[in-house]
Amino acid sequence: MNEKKLSRIKKRPADKFMYFLIYLCASLSVILLAGIIIYVFVRGIKSVTPEFLTTVTSVRKGTVGIAGNIVNTIMIVFITMIIATPLGVGAAIYLNEYAKPGKLVNAVEFATETLSGIPSVIFGLFGMMFFGQTLGLGYSLMTGSLTLILMVLPLITRNTQEALKTVPDSYRHGAVGLGAGKWHTIRTILLPSSISGIITGVILAVGRIVGESAALLFTAGSAKALPKTFAALFPKIFQSGGTMTLQLYLSATSEGDFDTAFGIAVVLIILVFLINLGTKKLAVKFDVKRKK
Amino acid sequence: MNKPKKHIGESAAKYVFAICAAVAILAVCSITIYMIAKGTPAFKNVGVSELLFGTLWQPTAAEPSYGIVYIILSSVIGTGACILIGVPIALLTAVFLTEVANRKLASVVQPAIELLAAIPSVIYGLLGLMILNPAMYKLEKLIFAGSETHRFTGGSNMLSAILILAIMILPTVVNVSASSIRAVSKDLRAASLALGASKIQTIFKVTIPAAKSGIMTGVALGIGRALGEAMAINMVAGGAVNIPLPFNSVRFLTTQIVSEMGYAEGTHRQVLFTVGLVLYVFIMIINLMLQRIRKGREKNE
Repeated sequence: MNEKKLSRIKKRPADKFMYFLIYLCASLSVILLAGIIIYVFVRGIKSVTPEFLTTVTSVRKGTVGIAGNIVNTIMIVFITMIIATPLGVGAAIYLNEYAKPGKLVNAVEFATETLSGIPSVIFGLFGMMFFGQTLGLGYSLMTGSLTLILMVLPLITRNTQEALKTVPDSYRHGAVGLGAGKWHTIRTILLPSSISGIITGVILAVGRIVGESAALLFTAGSAKALPKTFAALFPKIFQSGGTMTLQLYLSATSEGDFDTAFGIAVVLIILVFLINLGTKKLAVKFDVKRKK
Repeated sequence: MNKPKKHIGESAAKYVFAICAAVAILAVCSITIYMIAKGTPAFKNVGVSELLFGTLWQPTAAEPSYGIVYIILSSVIGTGACILIGVPIALLTAVFLTEVANRKLASVVQPAIELLAAIPSVIYGLLGLMILNPAMYKLEKLIFAGSETHRFTGGSNMLSAILILAIMILPTVVNVSASSIRAVSKDLRAASLALGASKIQTIFKVTIPAAKSGIMTGVALGIGRALGEAMAINMVAGGAVNIPLPFNSVRFLTTQIVSEMGYAEGTHRQVLFTVGLVLYVFIMIINLMLQRIRKGREKNE
């Protein structure tokens, strides 16, 4: 009789139905991703030619290209990261190594949490008002970068904090025991041991910047001109410049040029994949290190 | 020997790091101040009730009207609907990753979700524009065939935006829920199985309730993400302020700012800042909720 009961439990049809739903939902994201990639590549791969990547769209010359947008993207990533990385790492060091638990730490952590929850449109509005108008930077790569710094700061701070937390306390005690000061310990022991965590944060931030559009629309503008010489890159910092995502948006909406839009989409997807791969490689390295 | 010199370096380092940490506080404070300072003048110029409860949005008419109630409702309803669609799918996917899948299957699904999170929102918008909108238009023509009151949108509608949002919140909810399900103690599951419950019963009656606060965190993050999303839904939801019905073209808080800030002037511009302020208040409420859930969790631990 017991056996009969057990076999009846096994055959619960509700269970089977739930299994079916679970498999269905899980396969949905794989199918979605595959669909997105295939569709974008099929539509866009023919647009991505060497000319597309090295020229600027011009009716006069008859060229279609996104070289200017690529340069703008690289410059925004560079300017943002060169300022945001030390700021974020510094904040994490302060929180983990210097500050004693209390109101100040809570305030910084609350602020970091809040910053990471603020939508990019709001950052865009604030950047436009504060950096663009109050500081008079107007629509420029600098305004865009300053805005994005605030946006990626939490990412870098949090990843650095996580990395610092994994450094064993014995390292710190050892360094102090040998007579090293705190700053000396941080410079020579803590930062080198948590470097892969910091780099992970940096790569994630770069990915976020590459994909960002709403925060840049009213801060960096949409110019697509390509600086002619290397020296012309520097004044460009204070001029308007649209990134690849922004050009995709404009191409797909006001300009109605879907070939360019899909071409950019292909480039962006490849970039995003490489960034994802990079973080994963680092995570593996990180894990191996920790296990030792 | 050179102790004093070292001392200066040491204390200087401390202050430099403290300043770095203060940047986040400074940023949040100035964003809040700016949003309030720029977002409140419109209340005075237009009138609180006309602005917040007015249904007519005609900023460029001869007699302009700035009612944003439909914009607010679109954001609230759109977010709610995408949560209703997205969260069950995300939760079941999280269950798949943590309880059902073997390593090999999980190693296919997990990266797929990570990549979905990494795809820029403009690409979602582009695909929505090319695939979802035409499909919606067909559906629209079928449903409203012969209707004289319906204004045809060409497929740019609320429903498209909801579907795009549901996809975009998936990764956030899946990842947070999965990690909280993973954190549920093995003993609980073992006890439930030993009492004769099936695996599915254990998952839904024991494991998920035990992971509830983590899942709530995921849902709150998803709400925040959906409320704040701008570019993707701007491309698929159409360009007119309307009652948020599935087949109407609608404007959300975010898309209203993105599509009109470029040319708005005077009171129109002020009202757009008010729209930003409303969004900011919503996001702050979500943030406070998140902090509360987190604190509750810490206490439980």
